[in-house]
Amino acid sequence: MSAFTAVYWKEVRENLRDRRTLVNALITGPLLGPVMFIMLMNVMVNRELAKSDRPISVPVIGAEVAPNLVAALKGAGIDAAPAMPDPENAVREQRADIVLRISPEYAQAWSKGQAVQVELIYDSSRRDASTPVMRVRSVVESYGKREGAMRLIARGLSPTTAWPVQVADRDQATSQSRSALMFSFLPYFFVLTVFLGGMYLAIDLTAGERERQSLEPLFVNPVARWKILAGKLAAICTFSLVSLLLSVAAFATAPLFIPVEKLGIALDLGLRFGSQVVLLMLPLIVLLAALQSLVSAFAKSYREAQTYLSILMIIPVLPSALLSVIPVRAEPWMYAVPLLGQNLGIVQLLRGDGVPGWQLGLCLAGGFAAAVVAVWGTALLYRSERLAISG
Amino acid sequence: MIEVKDLHKAFGEVRAVNGVSFTARDGEITGLLGPNGAGKTTTLRMLYTLMTPDAGQVLVDGVDAAVDPLAVRRQLGVLPDARGLYKRLTATENIDYFGRLHDMEPGLLRQRREALIDALEMRDIATRRTEGFSQGQRVKTAIARALVHDPRNVLLDEPTNGLDVMATRAMRHFMRQLKDEGRCVLFSSHIMQEVAALCDRIVVIAHGRVVADESPSALLAQTGETSLEDAFVKIIGTDEGLAA
Repeated sequence: MSAFTAVYWKEVRENLRDRRTLVNALITGPLLGPVMFIMLMNVMVNRELAKSDRPISVPVIGAEVAPNLVAALKGAGIDAAPAMPDPENAVREQRADIVLRISPEYAQAWSKGQAVQVELIYDSSRRDASTPVMRVRSVVESYGKREGAMRLIARGLSPTTAWPVQVADRDQATSQSRSALMFSFLPYFFVLTVFLGGMYLAIDLTAGERERQSLEPLFVNPVARWKILAGKLAAICTFSLVSLLLSVAAFATAPLFIPVEKLGIALDLGLRFGSQVVLLMLPLIVLLAALQSLVSAFAKSYREAQTYLSILMIIPVLPSALLSVIPVRAEPWMYAVPLLGQNLGIVQLLRGDGVPGWQLGLCLAGGFAAAVVAVWGTALLYRSERLAISG
Repeated sequence: MIEVKDLHKAFGEVRAVNGVSFTARDGEITGLLGPNGAGKTTTLRMLYTLMTPDAGQVLVDGVDAAVDPLAVRRQLGVLPDARGLYKRLTATENIDYFGRLHDMEPGLLRQRREALIDALEMRDIATRRTEGFSQGQRVKTAIARALVHDPRNVLLDEPTNGLDVMATRAMRHFMRQLKDEGRCVLFSSHIMQEVAALCDRIVVIAHGRVVADESPSALLAQTGETSLEDAFVKIIGTDEGLAA
């Protein structure tokens, strides 16, 4: 055991003196996620809020033939801007979010009691324009409905005759589950933190040591190589665990910086959430430490290892990206898949559903099984003759 | 004592070591002389169990390296070809790290470390971080950490490589001291003069084979030359890859 602790403390001490490792493990890794998260959320929230409250102005063609409609729009905070020539092009070139075109026969058809056409010219592929489009559409439609009801009443009919079916929304989403939808990329930040926290250490402890030619003298000591590896892995895990703890702590403060109450969502990133995230992530810490060491052991130099690891870094994105593009129903086996299981678990925690014992068990069992395989593979590689020889 | 019996090692097609046998005795300095690429480093790497020989046997104080490599490494102090130090640690911390890996008791470790720091005249650099050390300072630190566990057998791979005149003299003096302490000292070199000045026994290696294994005087007698330099060239057949 003394060889293990000797290696462990030496690696920890040596890397505490390395600014690059420290900055990555203690600042970049843990804070990158929360800071990006807070910034993104604020931009999103403010934009959405601004759009739904603020008066907007929409070019209206033929405003003079429908003064009542224009007045209704104005009442809902939509000002009629002067008409523009070639509205289709204007929308395509993003000079306008939406243009309203009222047909010239409007007044004539209106007085005859006929249906008239009002065109909404917009581009549905432009997501930032969707809020004004929705607002204009709902104002126009409700204006139409209201006028229709008036006409029916004028003819002595009840307005309900025209709308025999009424739709009533009964949304089962809780305010917390709505927020989970927006935060589905959060698990990736935790994985990224663990990855960045240990990355420079992993490179330094294998490829770096090889490049500096200190691996050969180290292996001359009467210590089994697996003990040396164990000490190094423990040092990597320590750094990534510290990164994760810092990151979880930083996320816990995120609701202070996001106007969650304005969105009508609940965001609980407190101690309970944090401790469960750390528990879920434990196997990943070991797994990633072993994988990073394994990959670095193949590299001949620090730079080469860095290149390989930045490719490896893409892998943890996949489950998060996949789940946000193709929302799948969680099957039991998915919890046992490392990364995917953590992803599902953390999203569930965000939704406030909690993670039942069997899911947690599967998550930990699958993760640790993969970690054992990765550690074992790294140990095999460490036994190879060529590993120590730098030249 | 180190006994090497008929070692073989090939890397693909290249037979780096092709039947090397010799014995290095306690209280003697044994020199492994040969041109660059003769197989000296590979031979030493098999001695300190970093590489496994394809065939042959290595005995260190009677322990077979193939049977108990950890015990063999415990008996050896090695200055390998690769001398990488941990540059964010001080010289003392570098030495202590290896002492701990040898599971040394802290009091003994401190005592040995201080003795080596004095013997190698590196007191002035002991508490400095090794980043920016000169070649000589680096070799001193590497030797101190290799010998901190007081090994009976000392292997030095080209110990004077890259050292200036003063540092080389100090190194030779230190090696004689190790010999006087009754240790078995085995070192490799491609510098004829150095081997001639230090060795009780010279093992000449060329093309992965031992071509001579004699005391310096016996080498002279065998070749009929008056200088060791001429004797070496005659034995190896060429002076390519050697330095005076």
